[in-house]
Amino acid sequence: MKNFFSTKSGIIVVGAVIGVAAAILQKLGNPPNMGLCIACFERDIAGALGLHRAGVVQYIRPEIIGILLGSFLISLTFKEFKPRSGSSSIIRFFLGFFAMIGALVFLGCPWRAFLRLAGGDLNAIIGILGLVFGIFIGTVFIRKGYDLGRSMPSQKKAAGYIMPIVMAALLLMLIFQFKPILFSEKGPGAMHAPLYISLIAGLIIGGLAQRSRFCTMGSIRDIIIVKDFHLFSGVAAFAISAFIMNIIFGQFKTGFTGQPVAHDLHLWNFLGMILSGLAFALAGGCPGRQLILSGEGDTDAAIFVFGMFAGAAFSHNFSIASSPKGIGTFGAYGTIIGIIFCLIIGFSMIQKRKV
Amino acid sequence: MKQIDTRGLSCPQPIILVLDEIRNGKDEFDVVMDSEASCENVKRLLTKNNLEFDVKENSDHTVYYVKR
Repeated sequence: MKNFFSTKSGIIVVGAVIGVAAAILQKLGNPPNMGLCIACFERDIAGALGLHRAGVVQYIRPEIIGILLGSFLISLTFKEFKPRSGSSSIIRFFLGFFAMIGALVFLGCPWRAFLRLAGGDLNAIIGILGLVFGIFIGTVFIRKGYDLGRSMPSQKKAAGYIMPIVMAALLLMLIFQFKPILFSEKGPGAMHAPLYISLIAGLIIGGLAQRSRFCTMGSIRDIIIVKDFHLFSGVAAFAISAFIMNIIFGQFKTGFTGQPVAHDLHLWNFLGMILSGLAFALAGGCPGRQLILSGEGDTDAAIFVFGMFAGAAFSHNFSIASSPKGIGTFGAYGTIIGIIFCLIIGFSMIQKRKV
Repeated sequence: MKQIDTRGLSCPQPIILVLDEIRNGKDEFDVVMDSEASCENVKRLLTKNNLEFDVKENSDHTVYYVKR
């Protein structure tokens, strides 16, 4: 069957839909320039579960649940749900862990980097440059033979259902306001679009992203490696459509200073995103793509996602995460250690190719 | 005939392996893939390089027979 969303027009449509959705979600209550942010939203979920105690960023974000379940349902529908495992899981956990640390030093995943740009936050340019540089370093390893090894199809499907069930459990805890869950009373965690709108938006985005293979990191990587602009056309459509919607909604404000949920320490915006970009490149997908793959039954991607949750918890518990005031006390250490970790993994996982 | 088995590999390994073969090999080759995403990526790469190929879809994998 011809898959429209895998065509050039398809990926542009998908990118545009996600960009418009992000702007609308912001209009309906999500934090500024954060209509969608995989890293920030996973961090909020980690906080809601009490894994960290940063009171301003605790909420079970239905967008994350929706994206994963959307991918799950659509991959079931199109027979792409294939439980698999066994590709350097522990390494992927720590790539996710440090990718999150980098993202929280910059204050956003690649999705939010483009949304910040679309909202006029010029610091995002520095972040995106860091992202590109980090991905570039990743491609150097990849060209030298870096490989995390093959995953194997699971004999039984059970493993593939775990992530969707975790998401369903989170959804129930949110809907029934389960007592132990922490919900921010102020700050970004208290800002959110209505639950069901967020959930439906997530489901649509997850489904579309699954069909189109939308990936922000991949879009830059493919340009570097094979000069293929296919995925990038989707990401460009994403940023441009969010930009247009921001203008329409009056959500656009240009400058370096006073930007929402952002700081203007250029060095750390740059280095934080180098770390993230490198970790995503080594793991083979941006945080959005990792959610999508988890929904398809890729348990190694699911472990990357759990690594991100853990990274978020550590970031806030260890004063690594930035705030609008600047980087955390140990933000610099977290970033540098993360970059060193990724470089060691990059070098140590180079295999001689037997063709 | 040379066979490139991309099953179980994460992005962008399938592309890297096929790209290596396109650049360094001279003869026909097969590519085996087990995910739709890989199929689409490899197809895009082959088309971009003006290579023709036959497709055989099996229950759990797809093979492209690339001609030169």
